[in-house]
Amino acid sequence: MFERKGTRARFALNTRTRVTVLIAVAAIYLLGVFVWGLFMSPDAYAVHYADKFTPPGGKYLFGADFMGRNMFFRCVKGLSVSLVIGVIASLVSSVIGLVFGVASATAGGRFDKFILLCVDCCMGLPHLVLLILISYMLGRGARGVLLGVALTHWPELTRLVRAEVLQLRTTHYVQAAYRMGKSRFRVAWDHMLPHVLPVYIVGLVLLFPHAVMHEASITFLGFGLPAETPAIGVILAESMRHIATGKWWLALFPGLMLIIAVILFDVIGENLKRLLNPDSGNE
Amino acid sequence: MHTARPKYIASIAGRMLLLLFLVSILSFTLIVKAPIDPLLSYVGAESTLSEEAKAEIARHWGLDAPLPARYATWVKNLLHGDLGMSVTYKRPVRSVIGERFSYSVVLMLLAWVFSGLLGYAAGIFAGFRRGGLADRGIKLFCLVLQSAPTFWLGLLILSFFSVKLGLFPFGMAVPAGKLVSEITLGDRIHHLILPLFTLTIVSIGKITLFTRQKLIEIMNSDYILFARARGESDRQLVFRHILRNTALPAVTLQFSSFSELFGGMALAETVFSYPGVGTATTAAALNGDAPLLLGIALISALFVFSGNLIANILYGVVDPRLREGGDYV
Repeated sequence: MFERKGTRARFALNTRTRVTVLIAVAAIYLLGVFVWGLFMSPDAYAVHYADKFTPPGGKYLFGADFMGRNMFFRCVKGLSVSLVIGVIASLVSSVIGLVFGVASATAGGRFDKFILLCVDCCMGLPHLVLLILISYMLGRGARGVLLGVALTHWPELTRLVRAEVLQLRTTHYVQAAYRMGKSRFRVAWDHMLPHVLPVYIVGLVLLFPHAVMHEASITFLGFGLPAETPAIGVILAESMRHIATGKWWLALFPGLMLIIAVILFDVIGENLKRLLNPDSGNE
Repeated sequence: MHTARPKYIASIAGRMLLLLFLVSILSFTLIVKAPIDPLLSYVGAESTLSEEAKAEIARHWGLDAPLPARYATWVKNLLHGDLGMSVTYKRPVRSVIGERFSYSVVLMLLAWVFSGLLGYAAGIFAGFRRGGLADRGIKLFCLVLQSAPTFWLGLLILSFFSVKLGLFPFGMAVPAGKLVSEITLGDRIHHLILPLFTLTIVSIGKITLFTRQKLIEIMNSDYILFARARGESDRQLVFRHILRNTALPAVTLQFSSFSELFGGMALAETVFSYPGVGTATTAAALNGDAPLLLGIALISALFVFSGNLIANILYGVVDPRLREGGDYV
């Protein structure tokens, strides 16, 4: 890397730079959609009955729906709403996962067993059924989705973090720290947390797609966000009513937007994993 | 060593039972704590029942009892095979679930088998040609499929094959307006194909990518190098070494993915209005049908647990170290 610094003419980037650029581009796209949707005025997807069911093209890039609303702007807005929920939910879930994972591995014994039981219990029901039950208990609506998605995505991360910390526990420097009389909390904070942070960050990013997808699924089934919110799940549920009459664009484009967002999160996550891992980061 | 095997299985089964018990408490609490009044969803919002009559019913149902007592009553009835009455379908929950599960099981079982076989074959194929065009194509295909919401794929498939091409019926499990006695097996299969196709391609990505990864690991191993040095052909490699070492992990993975299969089934059924457990789940939750929802939650948990149980036992078969230690955490 250092030898190349002087040679300006060389355009061949090394893996590290390329991966960083890739992550940056993906992040900028997602952030752009997010901010655009957040500050979009509802006029952009206002009702124009004259233009209802306009096929895609021209003024209506993604077509118009049964009320003549511009699907392109609705999709951007909807994706933005989904992203907000995804971000909040995965942040909450990942913090629960991190705390449980570290605590379970450092405390050990009964507490460890208890956490593992909670993990298994949470994974015992099909994820979708659990989400439906939580939404049912909270009387449906946005709060039900948000809490449901936020409170059900921690088990996988807990397992990952726990496994990582269990390995750390036997290392010499951690053992030495214990021998020097440091408390369990201090050891966890000083020595373990920095080490599991990469696992945590990658896990957090890879949680987004799951959270976003589950939010869309549960909304599609009718438990989630209210029908007037332009969320991807709501838009797709609406489009189902017009599929029979051949209005395919109402379903195709919102889904594509969702897929692109999900894949980009995956790209960011996988590449961060490579970057943060010293073995593969400097290939 | 042979005696360790039943002990291992028994310890897993015991843990599964404990978990099933905990999951049932969890679901019960979630449903009972809901703001939806079971009495109101039973008699309807416009009922003319007097307050005393309502209180009478509530007492008869034991709604005024504390939570643990209600749970105990539910378990007691459950052990007698009584899951209560479904408000939505006005029938015992057991018969509703029984009928609907028969539709869903066909769907899930076939999708499970097809996705397993196709995914496994695609994974072997891709892994064998690692880095080639076919490999990259399959990998991309799987990544896109994994990122696509099930219901969205279902909608596209429905709109293309059913609306545009008119090849398949638009949802439901049997033709509308036909007598039950006139419905043929062909009709049923015709209606099953699209939901089955959706559920199959949704489940295919995971198993393909897993098999491909496993195959690449194996191809880099010393024993494959040695086999090649002995002059074995690709065909021999596959049949002598690769199938043996990848098939069991793949089957195990398939068994442990029952949870996703159930979720995918629920979404696919909703898109195709297929009268299985998935549509019943949504209907139950939207109508405040607590007994049915609870019954379905229990059945789905049982379904996931049986998958996990088989997967755990298979792990023991795959990895002898687990079998001997009896420790599977």
